[in-house]
Formats: sequence, C-alpha cells, structure tokens
Amino acid sequence: MTTSPLSQPEVDQPPPSRSRLRETSLGLLTSLAILAFTAVILYAGFIFLRDSKAPKLVVAGVAIVWGVAGVALLYFGANHLVEQLPDRWTALLQPYIFVGPAVAILSWYLLIPSFRTLYISLLDRTSENFVGLQNYIDIFTQRSLISTFRNNLMWIVFGATFAVIFGLLIAVLADRSKFERTAKALIFLPMAISFVGAGIIWNFIYEVKDISVPQIGLLNAIVVALGGTPKAWTASFQPWNNLFLIVIVVWLQTGFAMVLFSAAIKGIPSELTEAARVDGANEVQIFFRITIPYIMGTIITVSTTIVIFTLKIFDVVIVMTGGQFGTEVIATQFYRQYFTNRNFGLGSAFAIILLIAVIPIMIYNLRQFREQEGF
Amino acid sequence: MSVKIGSTRRQRRTSSLLVNSVLILLVLIWSIPTFGLLVSSFRTKEDIQSSGWWKMLPHREWVQVEEFKTKDLDPNSVMTIEGVSGTFKEFRAGVESPDGTRVRWVGNKRRGRIQVEKRQWTMRDDFTLENYNEVLLGGSVNIKRADGTVKAVHGEDLSDAFLNSLAVSVPATIIPILIAAFAAYGFAWMKFPGRRALFILVIAMLVVPLQIALVPILRDYVKLDLNGTFLAVWLAHTGFGLALATYLLFNYISSLPRDILESAFIDGASHFTIFIRLILPLSVPALASFAIFQFLWVWNDYLVALIFIGEKKEVKVLTMRLADLVGSRGSDWHLLTAGAFVSMILPLAVFFGLQRYFVRGLLAGSVKG
Amino acid sequence: MQVKRTLWFLPAVLLILAMALAACGGSATPAPTQAPAEQPTQAPEPTKAPEPTKAPEPTMVPAVEVSGTGQPELDKALAGDYAGTVVTMFGPFTGPDEVKFNESVAEFEKQTGIDIQYTGSKEFETTISVRVDAGDPPDIADFPQPGLLGNLAKAGKVIDVSTYMNMDWLHKNYKQAWLDMATMSGSSGDIMAGVWARFNGKSQVWYPKKAWDEAGYPIPKTWDEMMALTQQIADDGDTAWCIGIESGTATGWPATDWMEEIMLRTTSLDNYDKWTRGELPFTSPEVKHAAEVMTDIWFNPDYVFGGREGIVSTFFGDSPAPMFEDPPKCWMHKQGNFITSFFPEGLQAGVDYDFFYLPPIDPQYGKPYLVAGDIYAQFTDRPEVRAVMEYFTTGASLKTWLASGGALSPHNDASLDWYGDDVERKVAEMVQQADSVRFDGSDLMPSEVGAGSFWKGMTDYVAGTVDLDTALAEIDAAWPHK
Repeated sequence: MTTSPLSQPEVDQPPPSRSRLRETSLGLLTSLAILAFTAVILYAGFIFLRDSKAPKLVVAGVAIVWGVAGVALLYFGANHLVEQLPDRWTALLQPYIFVGPAVAILSWYLLIPSFRTLYISLLDRTSENFVGLQNYIDIFTQRSLISTFRNNLMWIVFGATFAVIFGLLIAVLADRSKFERTAKALIFLPMAISFVGAGIIWNFIYEVKDISVPQIGLLNAIVVALGGTPKAWTASFQPWNNLFLIVIVVWLQTGFAMVLFSAAIKGIPSELTEAARVDGANEVQIFFRITIPYIMGTIITVSTTIVIFTLKIFDVVIVMTGGQFGTEVIATQFYRQYFTNRNFGLGSAFAIILLIAVIPIMIYNLRQFREQEGF
Repeated sequence: MSVKIGSTRRQRRTSSLLVNSVLILLVLIWSIPTFGLLVSSFRTKEDIQSSGWWKMLPHREWVQVEEFKTKDLDPNSVMTIEGVSGTFKEFRAGVESPDGTRVRWVGNKRRGRIQVEKRQWTMRDDFTLENYNEVLLGGSVNIKRADGTVKAVHGEDLSDAFLNSLAVSVPATIIPILIAAFAAYGFAWMKFPGRRALFILVIAMLVVPLQIALVPILRDYVKLDLNGTFLAVWLAHTGFGLALATYLLFNYISSLPRDILESAFIDGASHFTIFIRLILPLSVPALASFAIFQFLWVWNDYLVALIFIGEKKEVKVLTMRLADLVGSRGSDWHLLTAGAFVSMILPLAVFFGLQRYFVRGLLAGSVKG
Repeated sequence: MQVKRTLWFLPAVLLILAMALAACGGSATPAPTQAPAEQPTQAPEPTKAPEPTKAPEPTMVPAVEVSGTGQPELDKALAGDYAGTVVTMFGPFTGPDEVKFNESVAEFEKQTGIDIQYTGSKEFETTISVRVDAGDPPDIADFPQPGLLGNLAKAGKVIDVSTYMNMDWLHKNYKQAWLDMATMSGSSGDIMAGVWARFNGKSQVWYPKKAWDEAGYPIPKTWDEMMALTQQIADDGDTAWCIGIESGTATGWPATDWMEEIMLRTTSLDNYDKWTRGELPFTSPEVKHAAEVMTDIWFNPDYVFGGREGIVSTFFGDSPAPMFEDPPKCWMHKQGNFITSFFPEGLQAGVDYDFFYLPPIDPQYGKPYLVAGDIYAQFTDRPEVRAVMEYFTTGASLKTWLASGGALSPHNDASLDWYGDDVERKVAEMVQQADSVRFDGSDLMPSEVGAGSFWKGMTDYVAGTVDLDTALAEIDAAWPHK
C-alpha cells in the first residue's frame, strides 16, 4: 500500500465579504502580536540567562522553560499567521512552516559547512592555493592513510552487523522471557555510560600487566590463568586489534538496536504467530517467515542508523587508543589532520570521502521510501 | 489429542528454558564490564592498580603464612627451602611442596625474601567511599607554598555542573524532537513543491560528521555573541541531532493509519490542529524513545560542550568537570570509576521513567502492511 | 477552537515570567568583580609576622616582587590602573597544576585588581585551533609545544610581544636561547610569539633510592656503565627499566624523548638542529643509529618491565610506579622532572627517590641537557593583557609554583632557593651547568611530524607493526611539503 500526502480538501470558497476581511486583518494583527511577544520573551530570557547571577537551580529551571516554550511559541505564532492568510496561501505556505525550521537549521549547521569542506578539500594545507584532487591522491597513496579505510570497513562489517544481530536476538528472546524488563534494562545500561566511562570500563578488561604481577584486566587474567602470556589487546595483532575496539561499540549499541527491534516485535499481531503455530510452524520458522519480514522496515532503519554511526565512529577510538596502533578511522583522521596538523586540505578531503562513502546507503534508503511512501 | 497437547507443552517448556538460559547468558556477558566498574569504584587507587576487581569476590588464592630473609641462600645454585628445592628462577615462579604450601622468592637476588604461602578461600573486603567523596566534593589538592606551609585547596563540588548539564540536556532533547516532529509530519502528510529534494537533504545530513561544523559554527556564534550561552549549545545539539530525529520520527509518523487523518480532515481540522491533537499524542511512544537516545547523547557529550561552552566556568557541564577532575594525571582510574557512575544516575532514572513507552516504542514499519 | 483558547494561556504566563526575568536579570548584569573592595594602593602588608612554621628562612619576602622591570604596562598595573579588568587564559594543564597556577598569580591579582581567569582542557591542542580560527581566542594561551604556536604565528594570529615589551628587561632576564626559541616567523617577518613561562628538564633517570642503596647498585657515569648495570640487574633477576609510552592521542612521545636524548649524545648539536628543522632526514645514518641504540634497551625483554607489550600499553604516568613497590619490579625510569607528581603519594624526594643524569655516550659531545617548556602567547591586545604578559617575564610569577614543585623557571631572576625540594633544585642546577641545552626536538618539528608521524612511527616500530626502516621513512614522508 502506498500512502501519498494528503492535500487540503477543496472547499468551495465563499466570496470574501467585508466582515471576513476585517476578521483576517484582526487575525493577522494577533499573529504579529504573538510573534512580537515571543521575540520579547526570547530576548529577555536570553539576556537573563547570559547575565544572571541568580542561583543555579533557578537559572537551570528558567533555561529549560524558556528554551522549550520559546520554540513552541514560535511554531504556534508562525502557524497562526499563515492560517490567517487566504486558504490558497495557507495551503502553499503551511508545509514550509512545518519543515522549514528543520531544513533551515540543518542547512546552517551541516549543509553549508559540508560545501565549505568540499571547497577547502580542493585547496592546499593553508587554503591558499588550488590544488585540485591532490589531497585525495595523497590519501589513497600513503600506507598510514589507506589503513584508515580498511579500519572503517572493519567497523561497518563487524560493528554494525553484530550490533544488529545481537539487538535482534535479544529483542526476540526477551519477548518470550519472563525477565523481559530486567534483561532489557541491563542490555540498555551501557548506553547510559559516557565514552570516557566506557573507556575506563574496557580498560578493566583489556589492561595488560607484566606476567610477574597480578593482572588487572579480566581478559589477560583469564589468559594467564590458562597458562598464556598477557597480551596488549588494543595494541598488538594489527589490524585485528580493531576488533577489540569494535566489541566496545557492539556492547554500547546493541541496546539501541534492541529497543527499536523490541518495539517493532510488539507490533506483530499475535493472531499471525498463533495461526502459524497452529499450522505447525516451529519457533525458528516463525522467526524467519513472520518476524523478520514483518519488521523489515525497522531492520533497515536500525541498520542504516548503526552503519552511519560506525562510519562516523570517533569517541571510542580517541578514548581507547587515540588512533594509534593502526586504529585510525576517518573521523579521527579528519580531526587530527584538520585541528592538530592544521592541514585543512587533507583533513577536509577525509570528511568528503566519508560523505561519498555513505551515498549508496542513502540511495538504498530513498528507494525504500519511494516504494513505501510514494516519493 | 491430549498426548499431542502434552508434547507441545513439553516442547514449549524446553524452548522456554532454552530462551531464558541464552538470554541470561547474554545479559551476564553484557553486565560483566559494568559490574567490574561498579566494584572498582569502591576500591582505593592502589588496589585498583594492583589487583583485579574480581578479587573482591570470594576466590581461592595463595595467602602468605610466613616470611623470612634470604641470608644464607645462594641464589646461583639449587637451593632447598622449607623442604622443597629448586633454582632461583623456579623459586621466583613459586615451588609447591607436597603438603600444599608454596615457597616463593620475592625480589631479586640481592634484596630477596622468602614467602611461604597456602592456598585459601579469601575475598577482599576493603571497600571505600573515598572515590565518590572526592568526585562529588571536588577533591582537594595539597599545595606547598613558598613559606613551606602546605595548603589544601578544595575543588568545587559537582552540584553546579549537574544543574548545568540538566539545563543543557533537557531543552537540547525537547527542541530537536519538536522541530523534527513538525518536519516529519510535513514530509509524511503534506504536499508541497520541493518535498522530495528537501527530504533527501535531511537524510543526507545524517552522515555529515559534526566535526566539520565546529569552526564555521563557532565563527557565527562569535559574530552573534552567542558563545558560551545555553542557547548556543542547545542549537548546536539541535543541529547535530535533527537529521536522525527527523529520519526516525518520519518512519513512525508516515506509518500511522491513513484513515485516521482523512476522517479528521473531513471534519475540517487544519494540519496544525491534526498535528497537535492527533499526531503528537499518537506518537508519544516514538517521541519518548527518541527522547531517551537524544538525552543520553547530549548528557554524555563532551566535544560540543567543550567547543561551544569553552572556558566559561559557570556553564561547564558534568562531562567537562569530570574530565578536569582527572586532570593532567590521566591515570586517576579510581576517580573515573566513581565519576562514570555519578554521571550515569540521571540517564538511568530517565530510562526507567520512560521505559513503559518502550513497550510500543518506535513502531517503525510495524503498522504498515 | 478549544485548542486555541488553552494555548493563549501560555503566552500570558510567559509574559509575566519574562518581565520578572528582565527585571532581575537587568539589575544583576554588569556588577564588576570584587575589585573595589580591595584597594590596590594598599601596599602589601609590610611585615608579615613570620609564623612559627618549619620554614627555614627567617625573612619572609612577600610573594611578588616585580619592581624594576621597566615594563610599561606592568608598572601601571601594579599602580592599580587596571583594577577590575579580566584577562582570560587557556591552557592544557588541569587539576593540581591548575591549582598551582592559580596560587602563583593570586598575589598579583590582589595587588593589581586584575582577575586572571584560567581554564584548562585536556583537549587543548584541538580547542585552541578551533577557537583561534573562529575568532574567539582567549587573551593568553599556554602552549606546551612551540610547534603548534608556530603554526598559529605563521597564520598571523599571534600578537608580537616585542612591539611593546621592554626588550632590555627581556634580554636581562632570559638567556638568549629562550628568546631565540620564542622568535617565530609570522605572517610578515619574524615576531616574538610569546614569553617562556616555565620548563622541565628531561635528561633525568629516576631510581628508587632506598631499595637501590640496599641493593648496592652504583650510579652509572657513562652509557657503558649504565648498560652494564642494566645487565647486572637482569642477572639479579629483575628488569632494569620502567618504560611506558601510552598517552591517548599522544601515545609515543616518551619514545621521541629517548630518540632526542640519544641523538644529542651520539651526534653534533649542528646535526640535532638540522634534524629538528627537517634538514637531516630520519632515514639518515645518524638518526637510525640513535634508534638502534634505543632498541638495544627497549626490545630486550630482560631489560624492560613488561617487555614491548608493556611499553606500548602502559600509561606513561603509571610506568614509574613499579619502581616503588616492595620489592621494586624495575629500577630506572627516564623522564622529565614533572613525573614526580605522578609518583605514588607519600614518597619523599631524596629519600625514597632520586635521579642521576642520563650518561653521555660519546665523550666528544659532552653532557647535553634536553628540556621542554611552556610558552605563553597573546591573542588580544589590551593594556591589561600586556601587563599580565609582562608579569610572566618575571621569576616572581612562578615563585609559589616552584615551591610546590613540578616546574623549573627559565627566568634569570628566579633564585635556586625558591625550589621546594632538593631534587628539583638539583635539576635546575644541572641544566644551568650543562655543556649544552637543547629543546625537545619533537616539540619543535611541525605538528605533522612532532605531534604526528614521529609519535606514530615510534609506536608502530615498538609495537612491531613495521620495521625500523619503514617507520623512519614514514616519519619523513609526513614532513610538510612547504
């Protein structure tokens, strides 16, 4: 089934009478008053928050109310204004009231910087001279830079895949278990931990000490107990040390996938599964023949989100290895080249490659939408 | 017939056993790292560095029962100590005697001592609250002054930073969700020129790494004199979180049953009314789910706060304060452990508060079909 | 319609709220800081009654003595002309060092009424770049690596302090080498990009004195003696060296320090300088030889605690800790004098630990000393900022910091008596008496190399990812083209 956008039902327009005109102009005035009033509130709040010496609790409370109410008021005022206009204008303008702010903010924060980055990537390190594709050529010819892409590929292949698989597995199992709430809460728990916190947690797993002293990393303690020698998991066995970082992200992101999958599974009508059981299907068959197809939309959404997340992965690498030991990824390379080395051209080229790398995923998603939503 | 039902029931029972045991196994694996952190957060700095956190659990271990000097021993030959004999190297590793004791040479050949150990059940129980104390109250630094006196300088406690984090996180969660919900509705249920192009733009922005925006946005903020204000951080988080919010909410809102909206239109409701009265209430589970994620991301964010709040002390958030607390001495694991738990409290409260909405959650795709 | 009515209610509430806010916000706005309360004209209390502390000196000098510098703005500031102004500072040190810094400027703030607001961030290198590029720099920033400052100076972002400072005073109070190192190429010609605030001696080898004396180990005077001792300790059943190079994004820097030390001891100063300027490539025999000398210690599992696995994965600040266990697990640790603040708490300088000078290798190159330091650079040009910069050219600005330990003063007017313990005093003395002093080479190289490929190359080599020739070639390859 396709759902196409609704359009305002065509109502026979009564001829504009004088009283209606007066009503409209009155409405317009009200709308303008709302907007002006919102502006005053926003400004007063802004000045207050910037300069106030009031107790922290008051400031925080005001900040929350002011920020949230301000945005709500802006929408309300703008919409009120548009609805006072003749219907044809309303129909034309109202959608932009809805999507406009989002598009504007995204353009300001991300779109314009992207174009700027694209431009800088064609200039030299100090953005003085045009060098064409030289920065891109550099990236693809140096060993230490190429390994960046190998690592990102590992992140996608292992990180995203396992996060999705474990998320799905746990969601399905929890759905049939008595401990659903507890299990889901515990799997979700890592999401509440900051990356610095996650870094310290995994140090207690990966830390290596000399064999002559007690190990404080769990993994090496097990290895030593089994008669092995302690290993520096995140530093040795390159490039496989990346896997030990990926484990961290799987651990963190499975909760995200699980929550979304779990919600989708709840949406499967029980008649469907019951009917299948009556027909003699076993649980595995139900999983593959009913559950998976039914939540395919969610699987695509979650996979897309996590693949993009792993492509942009930054914090875990910075916290665990700082990009050393061959664990550099695209985002850390951008950061290092652009901010530390101040090689603006090369850094920007990395960011642009990241953008290009995701185009196939975007196209796939849009095609899905087109099938479903009549785009 | 009854036989068949019985076997199905048995089948169900075994399958439920299997389900639960696999689930418990996974949950245990997932919890071990956090549990290790929790245990460690109650241990002293020295303990954390010298033994594994699992030593706080009951376990069998070699415990020293006797110790003496190595005076009359020649480490360069085979020695006999306490009835067992071996070379220096063997004694360094520990030589076990038949009666269950172990004799070990501790230290090098010049400054050694002999330890006799027995294997016993033991557990360490020297827990401390000092880490939490230091994290919450800001810790103290001893400074030796020019006149030789020592002055203890106390850091600030975390209450201000906690409130700042709250003032940053709550609007930075709600504002993008509100804007995204409007946009998601617009894309899903309104018809207008440029709809497809704008939607592609939103989706494309999903992949832009926020690092590229830091310099241009900060430059704009400086011009607008926004830098270091709450508004600056809210808008930044809104800008960086909006694409994903719109994407996820679009998935949900576009899949709401079409007939509900159509009947509302026939009743003469406007888009705005439908959105406020119908769509928002229907989307509460989706909004709540995304709210949790956005809240967690903002609450744990360090980079955006660092750049846009900068050096203004009075608006520093929790993550920045915790990073400062550890300071140049990056090895202060004991503070990080306690700090991680302190900063987790609120997100967990939010999670449990909103957990019931997860029962339905982001119903992406599920109403379709 | 019902909707609208309820929604109307919201603005009304908010209006009241907004008016209330504007009222209290306005009243509280521009309150100047506590300046007027303390009249700067009041001279510091003439005789601070010498409290009956264990302080040895009978005469208590006031913490700040900064007269006679001939620095124009500083004199005005001391006269109280800039009371009530604020100067912002940004730097990489946080925690205890931040407290030490605040202590060291407290007296000055009291005298002048200038409020110096320091903020530290562990992400300093990145943040300062972003903020300077965006036009939102702090007034003054603390650079632990002159290389990064050099980049900003070249982009024309840094104020040339020589345009207003009394150069006679600078020449009097700094050795020429410091002034030379502060001189960098700006957007048009050379500028003095900042003033040196403090430094660290690097050529120390620390050892656990108590256990060391009990074991009867000698202090090595030559490299060969040191290697013999290393072997002796190995024969006695221990590993001699504690080494750790893990340091987050900066992992590998302790290895570059070793390289620099050995370079200074195996080749001429001229070659060292060429090397830091990029004229002597890493693939040259001199540099390769230095790496091989290092390898003889680092790659021998009998010599280093934890072996190569331990080196790459041990946090540099944790690496000396095994020296102070009973019995020690390792016995020697080469590191700058700041490392003492990473030692386990409660250790006493000169009793529990001490250091010896990392011995020379080839006698013809004498006894060089490797140092590193922090330079303060200025980004905004206001009189009170100038005054604070001028204050930092005096030893008095560092006095309480020297007492609390962890820094050495580059100022000529800083007295050796000011150091809080004998060990740091000894470092300061040794640097003064060294045959030659050279600055940490990696800090002088452009950040691609000095804070990038050099760290990375050494890390990869120690971790066993690449062989020495590949590592050195890759370090060279990162050297910027221009």
